[in-house]
Amino acid sequence: MTLAQTLIEALESLNSNKMRSGLTILGIVIGVAAVIAMLGVGQGAQNSITGSISGIGTNLLFVFSGNRAAEVRNARPLTMQDAQALSDPFAAPNVDSVAPFLQRNNVQVAGGGEQTSTSLGGITPEYFVVRNFKVAEGEEISQDHVLGRASVVLLGVEVADKLFGRHEGLVGETVRIEGQPFRVIGIMEKKGGSSFGSQDDVVLIPMSTARTRIIQRGNDRVDLILVQALTAESVPMASEEVAQILRTRHRTEIGADDFTILSQQDFLQTVQTILGVFTIFLGGIAAISLLVGGIGIMNIMLVSVAERTREIGLRKALGARKRDILIQFLTESSLLSLIGGLIGILFGWLIAYVVGQVATATGNPFTPAVGLDGILLATISSTVIGLFFGIYPANRAASLEPVEALRYE
Amino acid sequence: MAEPVIVAENLTKVYKMGDVEVHALRGLSVKIYRGEVAAIMGPSGSGKSTLMNILGCLDHPSAGSYQLDGEQVAHLRDDQLSAIRNRKVGFIFQSFNLLSRQTALSNVELPLRYSGKTENRRQRARQALIDVGLEDRITHRPYELSGGQQQRVAIARALVNDPAIIMADEPTGNLDSKVGQEIMDLLLKLNKDKGTTLIIVTHDPKVAAQAGRIIRIRDGVVESEGL
Repeated sequence: MTLAQTLIEALESLNSNKMRSGLTILGIVIGVAAVIAMLGVGQGAQNSITGSISGIGTNLLFVFSGNRAAEVRNARPLTMQDAQALSDPFAAPNVDSVAPFLQRNNVQVAGGGEQTSTSLGGITPEYFVVRNFKVAEGEEISQDHVLGRASVVLLGVEVADKLFGRHEGLVGETVRIEGQPFRVIGIMEKKGGSSFGSQDDVVLIPMSTARTRIIQRGNDRVDLILVQALTAESVPMASEEVAQILRTRHRTEIGADDFTILSQQDFLQTVQTILGVFTIFLGGIAAISLLVGGIGIMNIMLVSVAERTREIGLRKALGARKRDILIQFLTESSLLSLIGGLIGILFGWLIAYVVGQVATATGNPFTPAVGLDGILLATISSTVIGLFFGIYPANRAASLEPVEALRYE
Repeated sequence: MAEPVIVAENLTKVYKMGDVEVHALRGLSVKIYRGEVAAIMGPSGSGKSTLMNILGCLDHPSAGSYQLDGEQVAHLRDDQLSAIRNRKVGFIFQSFNLLSRQTALSNVELPLRYSGKTENRRQRARQALIDVGLEDRITHRPYELSGGQQQRVAIARALVNDPAIIMADEPTGNLDSKVGQEIMDLLLKLNKDKGTTLIIVTHDPKVAAQAGRIIRIRDGVVESEGL
């Protein structure tokens, strides 16, 4: 038999039981669609988070207290003095700017008759440089504000919207943070969503004010020091300089550091690793449904072989060899899975697209990425599944004795 | 008479049913000559079906030798037997055994597909249908045909590869007597025109009476060969 004939016969056979073939194909469609959609969404999430990490700033180092890689007892906290030492252009020539940062989540902010819970950052003017933050209206927090412990606040767009229903013309308004009055000196430019939560859902106040009035943390402690290197190439050297300075200051020349320096690159790698595992996990769950679809094929092919025992007997009597029967049934099962795979790819693409639209509509812009590799993977695996789960029924059909098969009622 | 197309000697066939051995054939020998019409008769359980399966190369004998059209086939492997069936044997069944999804033409073409001959396949199948008087039913499907017409399609299918023998298993069993006689007439006419050897397995004495020779089987051996 020629290939074309085999295909036509297989299609005719599948067509003669549309409902059954359709349901079997549906099993594969769901499996393949799930794999495609999961991989697409996972890859999209990865792209989006990678993008937002890059968007935090450029050539950044994140310095914080403690060391997760080695056990360090009594890690000394990072302080304002540490931050100042890092800005020394002679000790750290590759460091451009240093921005210490204090943070507290779930801070109650009231204003305009409304109240909301947001995260608060205590900053110095360098923060704007390092994070590439700009104000949409009003002014930035200045050195004078820091020195004077001024009760001034910069609102993120989202906080402004929640409190006042707008984010324009708010300079001079008063908001209460944890019950204490602050004067609004500006609104930050919209940064857009990030996978760590919205970057617009924040309020920023001077570091000194945060320390004395909101966070009450002694010893000039800071939570995080952001260090910007001069250029992308100087990031590793800047990192080494920062480490040297902090070792000297924390007297940890011997043994493990009691601080951790992460570059943006490190962050990206960590996040990509986590998301990669996440994507594989999602894909794995989806693959299970593909497997179930394959078992469906096997089941229906077994039924089909049993039903067509006489036909098989006849074909053998007319001269069909074992191989002819094997090919006939394998063609049918592969066709089932191939058709299911193709529909599943379209369907999965659609699901991924809808997920992307929903995410965008809810303010987390994110584009699912259905890659060629995913499509290839789904096509190949669905065809392989059709072949694999078709082998047993096809072999059973091919091994039927013609005498027995012809007698079968 | 002409040279024999079937020479079977000392055929035995033993089935194992659990622990019990059933001897379906017990050293049966038979010769059938080219161009002959032979009827095989016998009560159920006589080994008649077993003999037909072996002569039709659907089954192996347990022992004995079987020469079909000059070839020893008793010990061939399954796939070799398939090839022999394809080239040398045409089957006609009581229940027609047509593929219901396919047209008469495709049904007749089926043996040609498995024989790997590609040239003139359509044409040969068409000619076979014309030979059995179905030139106006070529694209009909089995459910659009009467019982007699379906059996004609089956006969065309049996003829299409120019086999050495045609094995007909109760060819008129599912047909009323008038249509049955038409089928018998057609078979006999084809035998006369083409010289195809015809072996008919039947219960029906009226059918058997039209054969040139009746081979009666009882208890796994030939009881009589009325020439």
